[in-house]
Amino acid sequence: MELYVSEFSKYVIALLITLYTYECFAVFRYEEEGERSGIYTRQNLLMFALHFSCFLVICFETGDITYLFFYAFQQIVLYAVIVLYRMLYPGSNRLVVNNMCMLLAIGFCILTRLDMNKAIKQFIIASGSLVIALVIPFFVHKFKFLKKLKWVYVIVGILALSVVMILGQTTYGSKLSYSIAGITFQPSEFVKILFVFYVASALYESHGFFEVFTTAVAAGAHVIVLVISKDLGSALIFFVVYVLMVFVASQNYFYLLAGIFGGAGAAYIAYSVFAHVQVRVQAWKDPWSVIDSAGYQITQSLFAISSGGWFGLGLCKGTPEAIPFVEADFIFSAIAEEFGIIFAVCLILICVSCFIMFMNISVQLNDKFYQLTAFGLGITYIFQVFLTIGGGTKFIPLTGVTLPFISYGGSSVLTTLIMFAVIEGLCMIRLDEKEQLRLARARKKKKRSALAGGGHRTGKDALAEDDLQEAAMSAGDIIEYKE
Amino acid sequence: MNTKNNNIKNHNSKNNNLRNSNSKNQNSYKKKKKKNSEIMVITWMFTLLFLSLAGYITYYSVTHQQELINNSYNGRQQILIAKNTRGRILASDGNVLAQTVLDDEGNEKRVYPYQNLFSHVVGYAVNGRMGVEAQANYYLINSNAPLSQKAALDVSGEKYPGDDVYTTLDVNLQEVASKALGVYQGAVVVTEPGTGRILAMVSKPDFNPEQIADMWDELIADDESSILLNRASQGLYPPGSTFKIVTALEYIRENPDAFQNYHYTCNGTITRGESRIQCYHGSVHGGVDFKRSFAKSCNTSFANIGLSLDRDAFGQTLDLLLFNQKLPVAFQSNVSRVDVSEDTSDSDMMQVSIGQGTTSITPLLLNMITCAIANEGILMKPYLIDYVQNSAGNKVKSFTPDSYGKLMEESEALAIKELMRDVVEEGTASKLKGLSYTAAGKTGSAEYGTVKGESHAWFTGFAPCEAPEVCVTVIIEGAGAGGDYAVPIAKRIFDAYFGL
Repeated sequence: MELYVSEFSKYVIALLITLYTYECFAVFRYEEEGERSGIYTRQNLLMFALHFSCFLVICFETGDITYLFFYAFQQIVLYAVIVLYRMLYPGSNRLVVNNMCMLLAIGFCILTRLDMNKAIKQFIIASGSLVIALVIPFFVHKFKFLKKLKWVYVIVGILALSVVMILGQTTYGSKLSYSIAGITFQPSEFVKILFVFYVASALYESHGFFEVFTTAVAAGAHVIVLVISKDLGSALIFFVVYVLMVFVASQNYFYLLAGIFGGAGAAYIAYSVFAHVQVRVQAWKDPWSVIDSAGYQITQSLFAISSGGWFGLGLCKGTPEAIPFVEADFIFSAIAEEFGIIFAVCLILICVSCFIMFMNISVQLNDKFYQLTAFGLGITYIFQVFLTIGGGTKFIPLTGVTLPFISYGGSSVLTTLIMFAVIEGLCMIRLDEKEQLRLARARKKKKRSALAGGGHRTGKDALAEDDLQEAAMSAGDIIEYKE
Repeated sequence: MNTKNNNIKNHNSKNNNLRNSNSKNQNSYKKKKKKNSEIMVITWMFTLLFLSLAGYITYYSVTHQQELINNSYNGRQQILIAKNTRGRILASDGNVLAQTVLDDEGNEKRVYPYQNLFSHVVGYAVNGRMGVEAQANYYLINSNAPLSQKAALDVSGEKYPGDDVYTTLDVNLQEVASKALGVYQGAVVVTEPGTGRILAMVSKPDFNPEQIADMWDELIADDESSILLNRASQGLYPPGSTFKIVTALEYIRENPDAFQNYHYTCNGTITRGESRIQCYHGSVHGGVDFKRSFAKSCNTSFANIGLSLDRDAFGQTLDLLLFNQKLPVAFQSNVSRVDVSEDTSDSDMMQVSIGQGTTSITPLLLNMITCAIANEGILMKPYLIDYVQNSAGNKVKSFTPDSYGKLMEESEALAIKELMRDVVEEGTASKLKGLSYTAAGKTGSAEYGTVKGESHAWFTGFAPCEAPEVCVTVIIEGAGAGGDYAVPIAKRIFDAYFGL
C-alpha cells in the first residue's frame, strides 16, 4: 500500500505542479484581475491538493500520522493569508499571493522531510512574518512620504551592514549574522529592501550625472562592506540591482554597459585578490578535482539533482541530507532529487512568473518612484533565485544565498514576504492611478462638451487633452486633479 | 514564454492606447513606450537566462545520471545495492553469463557459469568493477520490477530483483575464439560490420571472476602478464603490416586515378640516410605493382609509398581513423597512438608506413577500421549491451546500432576491399583460400622489443567478401608470422560463424 501511494503520488504531484505552473502564465492572457479570478481559484485548489499529497506521502513513508496535524496548521495559515488579502486589499494581485503561498507550502513540505524541528521553526517564523507583512501594503499605499526618505534608507542600511561586519567578525568569524535575544538576524537580507527604496527615491526625480554619482558612492559602500564580510552573494545582488535600476531610471544604455564592464573588472580584481573567491571559482570549473574539499558540496548537490530523473525518487526516498547545508543553500537540489526534474523546472517557472508579474506592475505604474521600486524589488528577487539555483547546479559559481520562501532561514522568509507585500501595495497605487486618470478624463470631457456644445473636436481641444496626458503621467500631478 | 512577454507588451501598449484613444498624438505614445522599453529588455533578459538555466539543469541531470551514480562519493549507489539484488548479465541467446545467487547461509554470491571464458568482457563486480559489470552497473543495481512484485517482496522482506542486461555476445563464437587462442597470450575481437554488435571479445591470459577477491593481491602484484588488462580493447600493440591498410588508403586518396599504375622493384631493402627497411624474413619480391605490394606485404615497396605521401594530409587521415583519441565506445578502451605530421623525418615515415616505430594500436581500433572497409566506409559504433529487461520480461531500455560516420569514401573502401581480397587469393592469407565462403583480410607480423625476429602475429579481415557479415581481428603475442599463426585462428572463427 505504502509503495503504491508513494509511486502514484510522484505522478500526481508532477501533474499538479505542471497545471499550476500553466495557470501562472495563463493569467497573462487577461488584462484585468477580474477576468483572472477563475484561474486564481483553480490555482488555489491545485496548491491545496499538492500540499496535501506531499504530507500524505510523508505520513505513509514515516508511518507517523502526526504530520497531518502539522499540515493542518499550515493549511489554515495559508488559507487565511489568501482570504485576508482578498478581504483587506481587494485591489491586490492574486497571482503574487498565490505564488507566495505555493512556494511557502513547497518549502514546508521539503523542510518537514529534511528536518522536522527546522520546519516547525520555519513555520512559526513564516506565520509571524505573514502577519507583519499583512499591514505593509497599507503603509505603502497610504504613506506618500516614503519617496522622501532617501537618507534614512542609506544610513540605516550601511549602519546595519557595518554592525554585522564588526560584531559578526568578533563573534562569529566570517558569519553574516548577529543574535538579539536568541533570535538570529541576517541584516543583509533586510537591507536589500532599504537599498531598493534608496535608489528609487534618489533617482525618481532626476537621473543626471550628479545623482548617478552619489548613488554609485552609496551603492559602492554597501557592496564593499558586504565584500569585507565575505557575503559575496549579497554584494553581487546589490551591485546588479543598482546597475539595472540606474539603467531603467536613466533610459541610458551607456550606464548598462558601464555597469557590465565595471562589474567584470571588479569581479576580476576580487578573483585576483581574495583566495576564497578563487576557491569558489575553482570548485565551479572543476569540482571533481577537489571533491574532498571545496568541491564536496557542489558535487553532492549534482549527485542529488541527477539521481531524481523526471519524476523524482519520491519524498523521503532519496538522500538529500548528504549535501551539507541542504536546507538553506541547496534546497533546490533536494527538491530536484525527491520531486524530480519536471517539478524543479516548474518551480523555476513559478519564480519567473512572479518576476514577470512584478515587471508588469512596474511597467504600468506612472509614478517613477513606485515604478523603480517595483522594478528593483523584482530584480532583487529574481537575481537571488538565479544565484542560488544556478550556484547549486554548477551553472555559475556558488555564492551561498537562499532560495526565497523555500530555504530555511527566518530573515530570508521575512524579507521576501515584505518584498511581496510592498508589491501588493504598489498594485493598489497603480489602481489609484488608473482611477485618477479615468476621473480626470471624464471631468475634462464634461468641461469640453460644455464649452463646445458637443460640437466637433477642434485642434485646440486635442492639444488640451495632450496636456492632460502629460500631466496624468505623473502621480504627483494627478493629486492636483483630485482637489 | 513568447506569449507571456507579448502579453506584457500588449498590456503596456493597450494602456498607452487607452490614454491615446481620443487624441492621436503619436509623440506622446512614443514617449510613453520608450519610457518602459528598458524594463521590457531586462524582463526578456532574465526570462531567457532562466530558460537556459532550466534547459541546462534538465540536460545535465539526464545526461549525467549514470555517470554520477557510479561515483564512489555518491552514497546513493549503496542504497540501491542494499535495496535490489544485482541483475543478471546474459548472452544474446539468453545464456546466463553472470548472476547473483544466495548461498546456504543466505549471503549473496556472484556466479559466472562460464568461469574464465568471459573474464574480461563481462568482468567482475568486487574489488572495483570491470567489463559489462562496470559499464552496465547502473542498470544492474536498479530495479524496474512491476509494482505488484515489489509490493509482494516488501511483505516478505526480500530485495527487489535488479534489471537484467542482455549483451550482444555469442557463447559459441567466444568459446571457439578462446580455444583457438589456446595457451597463447593475445586477443580476438569479432563484430558485425553492418551493426557494430560485438559477438566475441577474448583476451588471454584470462582469470576466473568468481575468485577475483581471493586472487586479488596476486593479480595486482603480477606486472609481467597484466592479466586484468582487456587486451582486446586496451592492449596497445605495434600494428606491423596490418597498418599497410591505412598507408594504402592514404595513397589511394592522394592518387585516386593513378594508384593502379604504381610500380616498384623490390630488392629486399630500402635505405634513406641512416635507416634501412627490410622485407620480412629477408624476402625479395622483385617487380611489384600496388596490388602485389599489398598482397605480399612488401615492406620496401610500402616504405617507398610512404615517402611519397603528403605527411600533413596523412596525419589528418590518421585522426579521421580515430588514432590519438578516445574511441566512440561505452566500455573501457585505450587510445591508439601514431605520430605523423609535416615535421616527420624520412626515416620515421618509412617506419610508420609499415606499422613499426612508435605507432601503437588496440585490436579494437583495427577491427573498427576493418569494419568500415567492409561496410562501404561507414563505421558503426561497436557495442556490447543490446537491451535491458526487468524481472517481468519487459524491455526497459534498448540500444540500437548507431553510426559513427564515414571513415572513408565508398570508392576507397571498395579499392581496399579488393586489395584485401587479393591477400587471401594470392598473398599472405592463402590459408583462407578456396573455402565455401569468400574471406578478405590483411596479415601482420609486428616486430617488438629489441630481439630481431620476435613478432606478434596479426590478422584482420571479414567474410563473405560480397556482403560482409562478420569481421574478425586476431593478435597472438610473440607467435611469429601472421599468415602462419593468426590466419588459422581467424579461419576457425569464420567456420564457426558460418556453421561449418
